[in-house]
Amino acid sequence: MTAEPVLQVRNLDVNFATPQGAVAAVSGVSFDVRAGECLAVVGESGSGKTQVLMACLGLLASNGTARGSALFAGKELIGANERELNRVRGTGIGLLSQDPLSSLTPHLRIETLLTEGLVDRGLATRIKARQRALQALAEVDIPEPEARLRQYPHELSGGMLQRVALAAALMCSPQLLFADEPTTALDVSVQARVLELLAKVRDRGAGVLIITHDLGVVAGLADRVAVMYAGRIVETATTDGLFAAPEHPYTAALLAAVPRLHGDAQARLVGIPGDPPQPSARPPGCAFAPRCERAVDTCSESRPELTQCASRNQLGAVQGESGAATTARNAPITAVACHRPLQAAAEIA
Amino acid sequence: MSVALPLLQVERASVRYTLRGAGLLAPARSLDALSDVSIAIREGGRLGVVGESGSGKSTLARVVLGLVRMQSGRVAWEGRTVDYDDAPAMRSLRREMQVVFQDPFGSLDPRMTAGQAVGEALQALAGPVASVAAQDRIRAALSDVGLASAFANRYPHEMSGGQCQRVAIARAIVARPRLLVCDEAVSALDVSVQAQIVNLLHELSERYQMSLLFISHNLAVVRHLCDDVAVLCRGRLVEQGSRDAIFDDPQAQYTRDLLAAVPRLPGAPVRNY
Amino acid sequence: MVEAVFADARRQSLWGDAWQRLQRSRAAILAALLLLLVCALALVGPWLSAYTVAQVDWSQPTLATPPSFANGHWFGTDANGRDLFVRVWIGTRMSLLVAVLATLVSVVIGVAWGATAGYLGGRVDGWMMRFVDVLYALPYMFFVIILTVVFGRSLVLIFLAIGAVGWLTMARIVRGQALALRQREFVEAAIALGLSPATIIARHVVPNLLGTVIVYATLTVPQVILFESFLSFLGLGVQEPLTSLGRLVAEGALEMESSPWLLLVPSAVLAIVLLCLNFLGDGLRDALDPRQRR
Repeated sequence: MTAEPVLQVRNLDVNFATPQGAVAAVSGVSFDVRAGECLAVVGESGSGKTQVLMACLGLLASNGTARGSALFAGKELIGANERELNRVRGTGIGLLSQDPLSSLTPHLRIETLLTEGLVDRGLATRIKARQRALQALAEVDIPEPEARLRQYPHELSGGMLQRVALAAALMCSPQLLFADEPTTALDVSVQARVLELLAKVRDRGAGVLIITHDLGVVAGLADRVAVMYAGRIVETATTDGLFAAPEHPYTAALLAAVPRLHGDAQARLVGIPGDPPQPSARPPGCAFAPRCERAVDTCSESRPELTQCASRNQLGAVQGESGAATTARNAPITAVACHRPLQAAAEIA
Repeated sequence: MSVALPLLQVERASVRYTLRGAGLLAPARSLDALSDVSIAIREGGRLGVVGESGSGKSTLARVVLGLVRMQSGRVAWEGRTVDYDDAPAMRSLRREMQVVFQDPFGSLDPRMTAGQAVGEALQALAGPVASVAAQDRIRAALSDVGLASAFANRYPHEMSGGQCQRVAIARAIVARPRLLVCDEAVSALDVSVQAQIVNLLHELSERYQMSLLFISHNLAVVRHLCDDVAVLCRGRLVEQGSRDAIFDDPQAQYTRDLLAAVPRLPGAPVRNY
Repeated sequence: MVEAVFADARRQSLWGDAWQRLQRSRAAILAALLLLLVCALALVGPWLSAYTVAQVDWSQPTLATPPSFANGHWFGTDANGRDLFVRVWIGTRMSLLVAVLATLVSVVIGVAWGATAGYLGGRVDGWMMRFVDVLYALPYMFFVIILTVVFGRSLVLIFLAIGAVGWLTMARIVRGQALALRQREFVEAAIALGLSPATIIARHVVPNLLGTVIVYATLTVPQVILFESFLSFLGLGVQEPLTSLGRLVAEGALEMESSPWLLLVPSAVLAIVLLCLNFLGDGLRDALDPRQRR
């Protein structure tokens, strides 16, 4: 049974006002996050992936404006006032940021950091909140939680601190967890544990939206992937489908550029020539065309829309949804924005 | 197996930092950033030094460059011990050994153009060069790293991360060093750009017979770039060997654990390390 | 909330970028324009009036007359019958001159001291900054008074006295910035090139401090003007027939009840100058904030 998605984003635009004029960081982004599912938004610098998160939580910089719709459990987040957003932040949606040393106030004890969200808003008494904190620390496999509560952030290692930050995000058992590059600042050996914990969160029924540039993280955790380039989604697919048969040339090039631990070590890596375009200087037509091997004239003239496709090699099709059709309520599982996708030609719904 | 003297040898380097104890009366604690680490790089060879945070790999790079002093140990260049206090000797050594750092924007002076940055390196390392010849060499260095000569007038904030890192590489190679130390030089770059820079380093190393000391936490990148690998953990050398030996048949448990922890992409063969 | 800034496709130096951002602060632009107006008046004002700075106007019924357009004394006259309009602008000239020169002295010494201490760090930094701390603690006014008694009241002495105080704060601020810059990778890269500390400080550290230095200089100038006013108020500042805003305020205070304009006009000019400098300094600090880069 396909439940109503926990988060439904439709046609999200994020613009920043700069002295040089308006800059579009994000354009026309639409996706769903369902309960019990992890969606990974993948992109490089300038892709706008972090701004999508910021827009949903109302955390855009002072010169940023968001347009479009982001429905969280039926409530509209874009354009909501601070009070409404505050009710959702922390309780309905949890946020796990990249660097725990920056996101956790250094002079506060772990106990305060975990309980302030509940206590300050009158959602629980100090004692109840402390109990919940101990529970949350146990959920993220922190040993000796009692002792940890008394410690300060700088006394913990990076990996443990990120797990504490995750516990803080989970204090109110949110339905949706945003994770912004949660493992980028961590050692490889520690990354795996944090990813395991995020998987646990997902398995317990919350929706997880993870922003990352690391395809290894995507492979290990995400159920579905949305690839962003220059402020737009260029491809969405299931994780298995994306790795097995990428449709968009950018996705394929990205996969080819990742260095692997297997295969011919003598082979040279395949980079993508040029640089991702700056938000203020995006080319007309398809933003990837200047760097794309498959580009033809149409590509630089008209921008391809995100259209769903039914690829023959699509693996792991979601139960209960037919190959080509999608209901109007839910965003397509597999879609690509390209004039010349790699696999079978895209079918327009 | 070549019997020639290695270009750079580090023998039993140890670096200890003393930290003031917390509180007025607490005793000072010491941190062993490096303990008894020995590595060797041959002419034209590419050595990757891998490890996690706190392994001491960056400290090792700084020891070689003379930015950090060893408490004990010896660094030898072409067989001769390096005296980091001997100013004239260091001047000529610096021409042979240069560095590229991690943060592409941070490693360039924000108030200097790319051309000025490369030019400064040229003047400092190669001695006084006539201005016309200097311009030519700057342009050549920029072209070596794949940047058009128009970039000479750009400031760091006008360039992308990949372009800034190319400028940093141009600055490092303009005086034709024989060893290039790369301290996490690709870690702050996007994946697609990382691949370009790794290829560039490989190409420059081959073209100019330039040795590389490549510090990285990314094992896969090291596998594509380096012939030899040294694994550090908490300041100690855990294992050292050729690339194939380390990646295909790691001996130390730590190395095996490290390799096993790298996230596996679909389609990769399952390895039991 | 911090503003997000995007790199522009057009070429633009960091100074041009800062200039653009400064232009967006209306308070700063207004302040700058007002300041320019004051400076212009300080330069040409005395020539606009028919009177000179020391000329006594005997033609009025009383020596001190209130401002009026009719008799040509637009700001009135003081207790000695001298035209206030001319004296105010002469005084402004003097105050600004002292302020700018003294600030220049404090910038040069402060930057050199602070940048060196911050860059070298360790024990050298410790000694250099302890020296600054000691100077801070000295009863400064005593020294100024003693020096004035010994050397007589001269303009040079005033510059030196004020500059000698101003450089201390500048040194502290610059030292903090230099310490932070020392950790940046481009300084490490310069060390790896084998450049000498003097070259690195001059070429890499100081230019990257200039933003902070400019901001604090504009905020130092008001302090200097106030200090000079204070000295003049005590009778230790500039001498007759030259005058400064401080002296005018001091004289005006004595005649406050009978001739209020003698206090109000120079105070107003002084207040405008100080306010404008503060607004400009704030605007510059926002415009030159290095956090906004990338």
